[in-house]
Amino acid sequence: MKFLKDVKTNLPLLIMAAPCFIWFIIFHYLPMFGVIIAFKDYNYVDGIFGSPWIGLKNFEYLFNTSDAYIITRNTILYSVGGIFLGIIFAVSLAIVFDMLGKTKLSRVNQTIVLLPHFLSWVIISYFVFGLLSVDKGVFNNIIKAFGGEPVNWYAEPKVWPFILIILSMWKNVGFNSIIYYSTIRGFDLEYYEAAKIDGATWWQTITKITIPMLKPTLVILFIMNMGSVLRSDFGLHYIITKNSGMLYSVTSTLDTYIYNGMTGLGDMGATAAAGFYQSIVGFAMVMFTNWVSKKVSKEISLF
Amino acid sequence: MKAVISKKRQVVVEPKTKDSIYDVPVLVKALAYTITTLFALACLYPFLLVVAVSFSDEQVILENGYKLIPAKFSLEGYKYILQNAGQILWSYGVTIMVTVVGTVLSLFIKSLYAYTISRPSFPWRSQFTFFIFFTTLFSGGMLPKYIINTQMLGLQDSFWALVLPGLCTTMHIIMMRTYMQTAIPNAVVESARMDGAGEFLCYFRIVLPMSIPIIATMALFAVTMFWNDWYRAFLYIVSNTKMIPIQLLLQRLETETKFLQQNAADFGGSTDAMQQNIPTETFKMCLVVTVVTPILIFYPFFQQYFVNGITVGAVKG
Repeated sequence: MKFLKDVKTNLPLLIMAAPCFIWFIIFHYLPMFGVIIAFKDYNYVDGIFGSPWIGLKNFEYLFNTSDAYIITRNTILYSVGGIFLGIIFAVSLAIVFDMLGKTKLSRVNQTIVLLPHFLSWVIISYFVFGLLSVDKGVFNNIIKAFGGEPVNWYAEPKVWPFILIILSMWKNVGFNSIIYYSTIRGFDLEYYEAAKIDGATWWQTITKITIPMLKPTLVILFIMNMGSVLRSDFGLHYIITKNSGMLYSVTSTLDTYIYNGMTGLGDMGATAAAGFYQSIVGFAMVMFTNWVSKKVSKEISLF
Repeated sequence: MKAVISKKRQVVVEPKTKDSIYDVPVLVKALAYTITTLFALACLYPFLLVVAVSFSDEQVILENGYKLIPAKFSLEGYKYILQNAGQILWSYGVTIMVTVVGTVLSLFIKSLYAYTISRPSFPWRSQFTFFIFFTTLFSGGMLPKYIINTQMLGLQDSFWALVLPGLCTTMHIIMMRTYMQTAIPNAVVESARMDGAGEFLCYFRIVLPMSIPIIATMALFAVTMFWNDWYRAFLYIVSNTKMIPIQLLLQRLETETKFLQQNAADFGGSTDAMQQNIPTETFKMCLVVTVVTPILIFYPFFQQYFVNGITVGAVKG
């Protein structure tokens, strides 16, 4: 009866929360049950819930191809590399911005480094094409100016791991650094004042105050990022590479594999299995990292 | 009260003292300026290159390649856009509609939910927070979402496919909630409730106006997200050219140069003119410039709220 009474007194709040609540049910919770498609022989007519069960056949099919290894390896390497490099670069940049303070030049720079975050991969793919185009691109112009042979970048797998990592940094480091910068600016000034009175140098201020105080934020972001270790930036891996088949060995990830399967270029069963595997391993990774973090330090964990 | 005090300190005291805390040697400072300025230039360079190409002469581009300083100035690309505006203008219209409808809807339902879970008197605060938080831990993934959206909801080729799937983001709701909890003393809302104001009135008249920095930050996120969205269009707009937003148009132009020609007839562009000298290279870059410029114009207005909105919203994550 207490429950009914609570519902009655909080009816206005429940109604206010309802649109968003329903949205989450439709666009997140319904697809969660949709992962069972991995255990079914999916056909268009019967839909997700009506198609017949086939057990683990889809997984057998997926893991018997060499694709499973390549896409898993690529996805994990790009995510892990991106998470670590991203944190290192963004935190360093944030500390440098904090050190330089609110001077005019620094403010202009802060505004500019945010910019790439607000551009889409489609736009960026034109930027990249401007640099990498075989006959007109800036890179090949420079190579030609020094008497070298033009390179067909879009058919040269060995340079793409670098291009993809650099682009992902280029797009995200500025934005993340501003987030860290505003976190650092929010720290209590008393610590800094006390350190100054004690005669701390600028380097000691950074390593002994700023970085330790950032640690909880970093750990939480790290745990959250671990959940997306099997997810990749679809736009980066699909649009920027122009879905070039010659680059698949180093650019294809679970997401591009699923997309290609979904649009009829691959096997639907294997695609569903890859999707299930991505969701479950991602979930396990967050739980595991959170558990480790709880063991290591009592206070810092996501939940 | 705590938040009000700390906000005050941020505004009044911080700019004066924090910058004098570090006694950085001149050499280190110079190095720091060089590094940040170089990075900023790297962020700006590709954009400047595209602008330069958009104002260049097509023939010179074909001979010499892309150059940061146009060898021969030309407005042909922009003229071509104006002459063949049919599909381009239409796609602009789609993008603007999606952005306006999407941003308004998104801010409205997200802030309503954030208000609910920010109220200490609401007994299911933590359950409702976990309900949205869980979706960041576990997700059905691309395929089930695609099948449900196209087959159960029938969103394929519809306007709502571009709007509905992008409305809510867990992190944004949690940031709004945190902002409402820290920047607005609960006593203010409680006393209004005592005076007989309903929850919706409190939300609309008290909490929303006091949350302007976070709302502005979220508006910036939502506007750029909808404006930049090519992904949903890429997935769901298959055969309906009337629903192609500008980003998808750009993406198709890149892979299928003939795309505009094929669709020219549907949109009243003159096919004859198209078969002649199309300034393909400069024209595409002109289109890129016209798509990026609105973002550049839009974002200084919101930037002033940005750091404050993020700082207070992210205190507790």
